[in-house]
This record gives sequence, structure tokens and C-alpha cells, in this order.
Amino acid sequence: MWKHHQKLERHSLLLVIGILVVVAIGGLVEISPLFYLESTIEKVDGIRPYTPLELEGRDIYVREGCYLCHSQMIRPLRDEVERYGHYSLAAESMYDHPFQWGSKRTGPDLARVGGKYSDGWHIDHLTNPRAVVPESVMPPYAFLAKKELDYRDIADKLRAQRAVRVPYTNAMIANAAKDLEAQADEFSSDGTALKQRYGPKVNQRDFDGNPDQISEMDALIAYLQMLGTTVDFSTYKADAGENLR
Amino acid sequence: MAQLDQTNMRSGSGAGLLSIGLGLGIVLTIFMAARTVDARFQVHAFIMMGAFICALAALVIGLSAGRFVQDQGRYEDGVIRAGVIAALFWAVIGMLVGLVIALQLAWPSIFYFPELGWLNFGRLRPVHTSGVIFAFGGNVLIATSFYVVQRTCKARLAGGLAPWLVFWGYQLFIVLAATGYVMGVTQSREYAEPEWYTDIWLTLVWVTYLLVFLGTIWKRKEPHIYVANWFYLAFIVTIAMLHIVNNLAVPVSPLSSHSYSLFSGVQDALIQWWYGHNAVGFFLTAGFLAIMYYFIPKRAERPIYSYRLSIVHFWALIFIYIWAGPHHLHYTALPQWAQTLGMTFSIMLWMPSWGGMINGLMTLSGAWDKLRTDAVMRMMIVSLAFYGMSTFEGPVMSVRAVNALSHYTDWTIGHVHSGALGWVGFVSFGAIYCMVPWLWKRPRLYSDRLVEWHFWIATTGILLYIAAMWVSGIMEGLMWRKYTPEGFLAYSFVQTVSAKHVSNMVRALGGAMYLTGTLIMVYNVWRTIAGHVRQDETGAVLVQPSASGPASTGLAAAQ
Repeated sequence: MWKHHQKLERHSLLLVIGILVVVAIGGLVEISPLFYLESTIEKVDGIRPYTPLELEGRDIYVREGCYLCHSQMIRPLRDEVERYGHYSLAAESMYDHPFQWGSKRTGPDLARVGGKYSDGWHIDHLTNPRAVVPESVMPPYAFLAKKELDYRDIADKLRAQRAVRVPYTNAMIANAAKDLEAQADEFSSDGTALKQRYGPKVNQRDFDGNPDQISEMDALIAYLQMLGTTVDFSTYKADAGENLR
Repeated sequence: MAQLDQTNMRSGSGAGLLSIGLGLGIVLTIFMAARTVDARFQVHAFIMMGAFICALAALVIGLSAGRFVQDQGRYEDGVIRAGVIAALFWAVIGMLVGLVIALQLAWPSIFYFPELGWLNFGRLRPVHTSGVIFAFGGNVLIATSFYVVQRTCKARLAGGLAPWLVFWGYQLFIVLAATGYVMGVTQSREYAEPEWYTDIWLTLVWVTYLLVFLGTIWKRKEPHIYVANWFYLAFIVTIAMLHIVNNLAVPVSPLSSHSYSLFSGVQDALIQWWYGHNAVGFFLTAGFLAIMYYFIPKRAERPIYSYRLSIVHFWALIFIYIWAGPHHLHYTALPQWAQTLGMTFSIMLWMPSWGGMINGLMTLSGAWDKLRTDAVMRMMIVSLAFYGMSTFEGPVMSVRAVNALSHYTDWTIGHVHSGALGWVGFVSFGAIYCMVPWLWKRPRLYSDRLVEWHFWIATTGILLYIAAMWVSGIMEGLMWRKYTPEGFLAYSFVQTVSAKHVSNMVRALGGAMYLTGTLIMVYNVWRTIAGHVRQDETGAVLVQPSASGPASTGLAAAQ
């Protein structure tokens, strides 16, 4: 056996090929079934693509590195379910490019933060976390409220999302900017069309409380307020055979 | 003479190709900067343009002055010297940013600035991780691999100017990554944050790196490829595979700094942690084991303990590591079969990891006195002890029941740092302390006593750091799941945050001590390069100056 190994030690290309074969196996066996095993992602009601404003908010969430301290993955453990709500389903991140499960909870999990706090609380908390929670170690994000949201490329963003198989329709892409503006204004007459496209549960209001501009704060809070709220748990049977994975 | 002309001509045509490439790069980046509406993309286009213009200017000046003569009778050491200096530079930056974010968590009202969003934890944390892993660690790996492959093959680096392209191309990658993070350009994939265009650039650099490394092996005058080079090859090849697959994404537009991952949700999570754990396995382990396999035998002047053990643990290590990724996703929405596979292989990984540790430690048998007399040797041996400790802790944490407690907590941070500070940091410092006198042709380091100071301050710092993180991690994990006798959750989340205040302060102190050690090292290396020797130190440690060219004797201890 040791003699045979000498072939690898004397032929660099054999060695490289050997290495490639050996390191490819694990990933192929573990990852590729996730793309074709139907049980990987549950069938649930209510999952929808992000609205344009929520998608912009999500991009800000990514930009600011929120995922470095906040997970979006509630584990099926008693304390987590009681603290944060129903454990996270694979279906809930099926349109997340990339996923935001996180790996660290310096702050609490945000998978179901939507609707837990008022918009006003979020504004105060993001502006100065320690004004609301004195022991907090979170950075301040006051600049979000002042910064006007730049959504010139929102249609491009939806198009890129569609390229990675998020089911945005032609109408969603054509009306992306209009939908974004409508969602940040509860009196907008375009709100009906927005809800037709994205569902009746979409939050439509002036999230940052400043009607003069659509700020980055608007987008981020719109995103936070929808997190974990889309799945209809009244029709989801956690104990059903197909959901035990 | 004829041969010299020929090599000159060949490097001349290579330089010609390179300048055409740089010219195209300049045109492309001018176009990018002019056409984009994305301010952050524009900044990056300007940075790339500046880098290409500088490179072209250096190339033209160098060519006209006839600087790029390739003397095949000598090793290419210039690029290694540059790599050592770059590694130390980025070490200080990366560790300093780490200290800043540690201080932010300890004293948030002092170290956050509401008007300076780019100094927030979320922007700086990737600067720290990429800074120490890819900038410091990467430069150490590139520099030592260029050093080791030449000595063990008795051949000059292949590719003429290509090694310099690898060096400067890699620095450009680091600058693009770091400036991107502070501007908020990120894919949000941990340890793979740089955006699509930076990823493409790194791919080009990395393929060049692989070709330079392989090309040098092809020129070798030794029949066998030395074991350190197997590890370097595994590191280079596997990182290429991981990097390409994990960064598959669709840009918002060709002129946008943002992209969306090709994968989503559960598949995306497993691909990211397949990448993430093997960045540990192949960047931070296989690469640094290669360093161990050259520098410990060389410094100890003894052959590697067991050739057969190195074969077995090499193949076992690279085969098993790839499977370990799912242990980052225990109890998540990842299907349980994948979690169980990941856990099983993570536990099995303990054995090949310790195979490497044992092979390194036992190389010292018969020379254990060096632990007392040679601080550089001690640093490398202690690095193996930390390697052994963290590769035991890792499998323990990968057990699902343990992970239920440790995941999401500071325990993970402590685990990573015992590996990163103890293993990766110390073995790198050891290799640099070995190489600097060899590369600059100095009889010895400026001061061995300063190495002692570095060793003890840094070791104490590591112990403070990981002890603090064990305490805070296990404490918060227990507090999260604590119930009152009446069956209510005992603590609100923020109570667990404030309970960590003391640990956060101790952690910052530990990090500051580690950084102090590094600064001592920078001073020591700088004085060594300057040719100084401390007055009151007489040569206690014998450092063998390395062979200066392929013609002279190479690594006697290799086989």
C-alpha cells in the first residue's frame, strides 16, 4: 500500500486529481439530494416573494450586517418556541437569496419579529437602542431615517431575483417602483394593486412616520414587520408524516 | 549566456501579455466607473483602475530598466519577503479591528458613533474576520508556500512575474473586500462576504496561484513531492472549488455592487456552511499543517515523526472535513439526515486532526529541550497543543445535544479563537520568526527575549479570551433555557446580554494582549530586517541559514 502511494507522490497531476475526487464526495452526497428530495421543503400556505419595499429593506439588513448578531432560525426547542414563536420552517426561507439564518445571537432571534413591536418602537430602537433597552449592545442606526431610499434599480433587483427562480411576475417587475411607493403610503391609491399582487396581508403604511420621504428606515421596518408572518399556521400540521423530516 | 537570454525573452513575452491584460483592465474599469449609478461600485472601479495603472507603470519601468531577469540558479525570495511584510501589516489591522469590535460589545455607549454608521459592529466584523483569516492568514500561506515549494523542489518559482501577480492581485482582493465591508458591500455569507466582481478577481488570482505552485512542482529536482506540498495543494485546490460554488450569484446588473445568491434558504444554508466549515478545514487547517510539516522539522532539525501517519492522516483529513458542514445547522430547518451525517463525520474528524498533531509533536522527540531554550520552537509546539485542543472541542460541540446549548452563543466564538489565535496565529508567528533571518540573510533575530515576551503575553491573552467566552457562552446558553419552578422562562433576553458584561471586558483585555504580542513581533522583525542584534543577547539559539539556491543542499530532513 505504501508503495502504491509513491505514484501519487511522484505525479503531481495524479495527486491533484486524487485530492479533487476525495474532497468532492462529501459535498455531492450531502448537498445534491437537497435539490431533488421533495421532503426538503414543506408545503405550506402563505409564502410569497418580498414586496419591492421589503426587498429593499432586506438589502439594508444585509448591508448593515444585522445577520452577524441576529439569527432568523428558531429551533424546535421548548424555550425557543416559547420565547420566539413557532420553530422556523424550511419553506419560510425558500425565497431568501441568500438565506439569513445567522449563526450567532448577540441579539435575539428575529425570525418572527414581525408585528411584535410597533413601528414607533422600531424607530426609537433603531435610532438609539439604549434609549429603549438600557443594557443593549446594539449599534445605533439613526442615519437610516435621514437617508432617502435609493430605489432606482428596484426593477433590476426583481429581475435578478427572478433569474434565481423567485416567482416575480411581469406585472410585479413592471410596477416595482409604483408598488414600493404605494406600500410606504397608507393613503396611496395604488395600494389595491399592490395587495392584489402580493396578498391582502401586506403592511401598507408610512413606517418611519415621516411622510416627506421614503427613507431607508421605511424599508427596513417594512421588512422587519413582515418577518415570520406569512405562513398560515392554521393549515400547517406539524405532526403530519410528510412534515416530519 | 544563451540560456539567460532565453529566460529573459520568455519573461519579456509574459510581461507583454500582462501589460495587455492590465491595459484591458484599465479600459474596463474606466467604463465601469463612468457608466454606473451605484456609488459604491464606482469607488471599487476607481480602486481597481488605480491598482491596474500602478501595476502597468511598475511593469513598464521594470522592463525598461531590465529588472525582471529570471536567474534560474537562485530562488525567488523577493515575493516571499513582500508576503511576510504584508502578513504582518494585515495582522495588525485585522487584530486592531477585532479589538475595536470587542470594545464595542463591552462599552457600547463609548465605542459607537451615531453619525458614523460605517464604524458599526455589523460593518467592521467582516473586516476583522477577513482581515485576520484572509489578509493575515492568506499572506502567510502564500508566502510560506512559495518558500517551501522552492526549497523542497529545489527549483525557482515558476511563471516569471506570475508570483508577483499573485501577491499584488491578492492584496487588491483584500483592499476591495475591506473597503466594500465598510461601505456595506456584502453578500452576507460569512467568510465569503465579498461581492461578485471581487469574487471573480480572486478566482483569477487563485488559478494563477495554483499554476505557479504546480509549475514549480513540475520543475522539481527531487523525485518525490514533499508532504507539506500535498497539504498546500489540497488547500489551494479545495479553496478554489469551495469559492466558486459558494459564490455563484446573479448580479443586480453588470454595473451594480449587489447580487443575489443562486441558491436560497435551506440549500443556500448548507452550501454556505459546506464552504464555511471547509474554509476552516482547508484554509486554516490544511494550509497551516503544511507550514507545520516544513517548519517544525526544519527548526527541530529532525525528520517528521512518521511518514505513514502523514499519508493516513492527510487523506483522512481532507476526505472527512468536507462532510462536517451541517453541524453548523443543528436543529434548523435542514433535514435531520443531513445534520446527522454532519455530526457523525465531525466526530470522526477528531482522529485525523490528532494524527497531524501527534506527527508534529513527536517530531520533537529527542529534542524536547528546545521547548525550554527556543521560544520560536515553543510557539509552534504550543500552537499544536491549541490545535489538538480545539479539534477535540469541535467534535464535542458538533454533537447535537451539546450544540443545542452552544449554538448561537459566545462558546462558538471562544472555540474559533482558540483555533485561530492559538493554532493559526502561533504557527504563523513561528514560521515568520524562522523565515525572517533566512530571507534577509541575517544571522539571527534581533532579540530572542522579545520572542519570549511575545509568547507569554499572547498566550495569557488567548487563555483570558477563551476562558471569558466559555464562561459567557455556557452562561447565556443556560440562561436562555432556564425555567422558573412555575414553568415560565426565567430570564428575558436582555438579562443574558447584561450578564455578559464582565466576560466582554475580559475578552477585550485578552484580545488587547494578543495584539500587544503581535506589535512586539513587528518591532522585532523590523529590527531584524534592519540588521540589528540586541546588545545584551549573545547567540543562544542557533538558526540555520537556509540554502540560497537550488544548487545547494535543500531539505535534508524531508524524507
